[in-house]
Amino acid sequence: MVTRIHQNMEVRDAKMQARDVSVYYESKRAIDNVSIDIPNKLVTAFIGPSGCGKSTFLRTLNRMNDTIPSARVDGEITLDGENIYSPKIDVVQLRARVGMVFQKPNPFPKSIYENVAYGPRIHGFAEKKDDMDAVVEHSLKRAGLWEEVKDRLSDSGTALSGGQQQRLCIARAIAVDPEVILMDEPCSALDPIATAKIEELINDLADNYAIVIVTHSMQQAARVSQRTAFFHLGQMVEYGPTSDIFTNPLETRTKDYITGRYG
Amino acid sequence: MTITTLLLLAVGLALAGWLAARARAWSFQKADGARRLAARPQYHAWFVALWIILPVLLFIGLWSVISPQLVTQSVLASPAGQALPDFDLERTKLLNEARAVAEGSAIGVFNEGARPLIEPYRDALSRYQFIGLALTVIIALLAGMQAFLRLKPDFAARTKVEKIVMSVLILASLVAILTTLGIVVSLVFETFRFFEKISPIDFLFGTEWGPDPIASADNPDPSRYGAIPLFWGTIYIGAIIAMIVAIPLGLMSAIYLTQYASPKWRSWLKPTLEILAGVPTVVYGYFAALTVAPFIRDIARAAGVENASSESALAAGLVMGVMIIPFVSSMADDSIAAVPQSMRDGSLAMGATTSETIRRVLVPAALPGIVAGIMLAISRAIGETMIVVMAAGAAANLTANPLETMTTVTYQIVALLTGEGSFDHPATLAAFALGFVLFLVTLGLNFIALRVVKRFREAYE
Ligand SMILES: Nc1ncnc2c1ncn2[C@@H]1O[C@H](COP(=O)(O)OP(=O)(O)OP(=O)(O)O)[C@@H](O)[C@H]1O
Ligand SMILES: [Mg+2]
Repeated sequence: MVTRIHQNMEVRDAKMQARDVSVYYESKRAIDNVSIDIPNKLVTAFIGPSGCGKSTFLRTLNRMNDTIPSARVDGEITLDGENIYSPKIDVVQLRARVGMVFQKPNPFPKSIYENVAYGPRIHGFAEKKDDMDAVVEHSLKRAGLWEEVKDRLSDSGTALSGGQQQRLCIARAIAVDPEVILMDEPCSALDPIATAKIEELINDLADNYAIVIVTHSMQQAARVSQRTAFFHLGQMVEYGPTSDIFTNPLETRTKDYITGRYG
Repeated sequence: MTITTLLLLAVGLALAGWLAARARAWSFQKADGARRLAARPQYHAWFVALWIILPVLLFIGLWSVISPQLVTQSVLASPAGQALPDFDLERTKLLNEARAVAEGSAIGVFNEGARPLIEPYRDALSRYQFIGLALTVIIALLAGMQAFLRLKPDFAARTKVEKIVMSVLILASLVAILTTLGIVVSLVFETFRFFEKISPIDFLFGTEWGPDPIASADNPDPSRYGAIPLFWGTIYIGAIIAMIVAIPLGLMSAIYLTQYASPKWRSWLKPTLEILAGVPTVVYGYFAALTVAPFIRDIARAAGVENASSESALAAGLVMGVMIIPFVSSMADDSIAAVPQSMRDGSLAMGATTSETIRRVLVPAALPGIVAGIMLAISRAIGETMIVVMAAGAAANLTANPLETMTTVTYQIVALLTGEGSFDHPATLAAFALGFVLFLVTLGLNFIALRVVKRFREAYE
């Protein structure tokens, strides 16, 4: 079966393109022939029932599947036209360009400062202390956390609240100045207030980055994203502008899922 | 033998109590079908059984201490006992012989003097055996009855049973603590006796070691009791040379095992590594003395060290290092593996390589466990005796040259206690002082390690 693509999408330059991507765990296929363009400076949401392969597909975009020994990826994924699975690509550089935020906040058990400085330090962005200070401050400001933590940068990152931790993880991801940010259910462990903060942050970040977010909340997808892709059983069923997907789905499966009749 | 009988009896009585109590609980249930018991019948049963077995065990414990003395006393009171010689050793010897015959563990007596004692012994033994048996039954019955009479449909047997079990557990942990305390107290006591003869200053800061067990015990030469060379040897071999081997190898193998090895390989390698910890230290001793030490000596000679001896601190330290690799690696392995996968993913997703992830995230997060493993390994190495005895030598040298023979505290403790000095000679008492200081050193190390860990730990919970 083929993905139904809404034809009325405004044309945007694609930051990432996936072509006929399939992912296997051992011999079990978790993603089946997915092709999608991830537009630059927009938020793309992946929705779909649990186990349909959203996380698996998201992880192919920065090759985090490489860390799972049994996983195998077929097809082609490009970043700015360059195949990220080609042997010429250094996965370390790739992950600096395509950052990731996880479902559960996972700050390192280091100080807030060191958490943010981690990426720049590894990639040799800021050699001098002053430069590093500037990077840390800038990243924390962009993540909307600076005001809350500026007086206790040396406290442990794990001592923050869940919502603050997640923003710290976002700050950590943007500290290496990525071009794409992948977020796998970034708000599922947070309360509504912390969620609202993160959503606002995603809106702001979309001015500069291509953002892909996996979410189980239809409202969230509707609030933050401009594009939505609906996954089901490893396939991408439908892809289009978020407003169209929610008001005017082409597939009954999509409609059933977003109206809560799925199952 | 009689103790075994009493124990079997106790178990039998407890079993009877168990069955009776369960039957009683069932009868409640039947008579009162609508209402439920406050606890399941098994708990009623255990309540009574515990009430029987615990007092009886307590009694048997006491009885096994008291009854031999009661027996001896009654034998001494008998006419044959009165006729015994006054001299202590002689008397004990005769008594022991008679007892052995009376108990059936010997066929006849060597000393004719013991023969008349056999009969009184037999009498006393059987009398006290009977008394013990009777008391056991009486105690079991009394305790069992009072427990049994407390059974009621609404009796909260389960909470009671749990309370009893908990107190037994507390007692068990007290045993370990009390034993430790006892050891420390006896060490302290003997140590003080030693310090009455040799001043602690001479002992702790002297640099000459060579106690002379033959010299007069009353005015020993304090300048021969300087323990510094021993402690230096201990630390040099156990905490320096051995650790130079064990820490890198242990850590690296832990990192390989948790981060790089395939699951299959790991399931092979880890147990194999842990077998190292099960090799008896004597075997390491052979290996050090017969293989490593000569090898080192030959290399040293080839390199131009003329007087390289066949016993060296280096040989002992190297082998000791190998011996404690599993202590370091297994703790490090466990604590690295316990760092949540999300930390690793987080780091990798930032573009860190596996080795950067290990160095900057996993090892710091696992640090408490790693340090704990290293401390354990150092304590183990410092307390190790066999390898040193066989490979390091006996001469107390205060030197940093690893090719020389060196000796350690543990080696000297063995040498002093098995030496020819009498028990209250300072050369023998020095063993206790050494042991005590060693104990303090290990304690101090553990304490420091705990502080360090607390200070630098990166808690990931
Ligand atoms: N490491 C793995 N090894 C083997 N199978 C896996 C692995 N990870 C995921 N899968 C399988 O791949 C399929 C897709 O999983 P994935 O985690 O991508 O789903 P998801 O859409 O993110 O679900 P959720 O919404 O619950 O997070 C599932 O059937 C899952 O069992
Ligand atoms: Mg998922």
